[in-house]
Amino acid sequence: MRNLNRRANVVILTVFMMVILIAIYAFGLLIPDDAAAGSFLYAKQPPSLTHPFGTDALGRDLLMRTLKGMSVSMTVGTAASVISAVFAVFVGVAAAAGSKRVDVFINWVIDIVMGVPHTILVILISFAMGRGLKGLLVGIAATHWCSLARLIRGEVLQLRSMQYVAVSRKLGKSGGWILAHHLLPHLGPQFLVGLVLMFPHAILHEASVSFLGFGLPPEQPAIGIILSESMRYIGAGMWWPAVLPGLTLVLIVLLIDKLGDNLRMVMDPYSAQE
Amino acid sequence: MALEAKNVFFRYGKKQPWILEDCTLRIDKGERLAVSAPSGYGKTTLVLLLAGYLKPAKGEILLDDKPLPTKGICPVQLIFQHPEKAINPRWRLKRVLEESGRIREDMLDAFGIERAWLDRFPRELSGGELQRFCVARALMSGADYLICDEISTMLDVITQAQIWNVVLAEAEKHNMGVIAVTHNQHLAERIAARTIDLSENFK
Repeated sequence: MRNLNRRANVVILTVFMMVILIAIYAFGLLIPDDAAAGSFLYAKQPPSLTHPFGTDALGRDLLMRTLKGMSVSMTVGTAASVISAVFAVFVGVAAAAGSKRVDVFINWVIDIVMGVPHTILVILISFAMGRGLKGLLVGIAATHWCSLARLIRGEVLQLRSMQYVAVSRKLGKSGGWILAHHLLPHLGPQFLVGLVLMFPHAILHEASVSFLGFGLPPEQPAIGIILSESMRYIGAGMWWPAVLPGLTLVLIVLLIDKLGDNLRMVMDPYSAQE
Repeated sequence: MALEAKNVFFRYGKKQPWILEDCTLRIDKGERLAVSAPSGYGKTTLVLLLAGYLKPAKGEILLDDKPLPTKGICPVQLIFQHPEKAINPRWRLKRVLEESGRIREDMLDAFGIERAWLDRFPRELSGGELQRFCVARALMSGADYLICDEISTMLDVITQAQIWNVVLAEAEKHNMGVIAVTHNQHLAERIAARTIDLSENFK
């Protein structure tokens, strides 16, 4: 590692992180349902070699449930943040490239959405949509686009004032052509990094709303559900269903956050030369 | 057949002082005009107005007695002082040239643009090399009027001569009107038939 420069190190680290995340996701998907099926013979066992995370009150293996839950969370997180980020690009570009009135209106909507605490809004939307995966997805996607939309609006405003955009207009190019060829390619890094940094938020919100009972149904293996169930037994000294899945969630979120930071370092022109 | 500024007033913002007051200027097709003035007398503002990048607060810019077209390729093309700002940093230079239409091989040869440069990014070329692309781009658009806003100020004299020779030859061939903004009195005398000084005429 010593003869590589910092950039190469960061790229290697980033790829490594991605591999870990994809492995967890794939593993969670590939585990058969009966691996996490319960047997009362093995109920309430503390962590051991056969059950590294212990078992819950119904005798289900918590490691398997946690991994399955993580992959559900990651599905929700990916879908919600992709929808959110794409929406943010539309809104941000519309605000910057449209008329003054559209800009004012969009900024007003952003202020309102940002003015209400995320969690409450997610709960309300999820509840109104009939909970479950759909409600959660819509709820998270509808609340996470604001800051990225603002960022993109600023970026487009700045790009539009560039001389080469003005030249392009004088060379007879239409607004749509300029948008597609001059503006959108510049938004790529913002979009990608915004997307990745939105991902941990989405996962945490999914877990917390499920924990509160407004998200995924109780039979689904999800981190929020596991944590919510563990509350009933934690008073009886069963620490493992709360601590170990919770720790996994925190670690995964930190990992993704770091991944986003690294991606930004690699793609941001200001740190690209380091 | 002429490009005219008629009693043009301009200021950047309602509370700012007038940059241009009652400015009138006319250039015929095929004519060469040099504009000079010390810094801050509105040379760049004037050419931005003439090329349609800015709208005058009062007065009008007329091309053959009609306002400048707002759609399609503008028959008045402006070349900026800083080529690195007038080129999209993410585009390879081939694309930059193609933006104004088909690439003319004879133009590349005349400007001394090497074919290898076409596949490079703007940051991999020097300012002088980039300026050749900007000038070539403006010439290839088939403009009737070419406005050069200090296009050769930061170039060495050999490159200056090379670029201006091509511009003047093209202008001759296609009977284009050329406005050159410059600080350089000798350059103005060499390229233009007529010189106007904004500090004398309009203040």
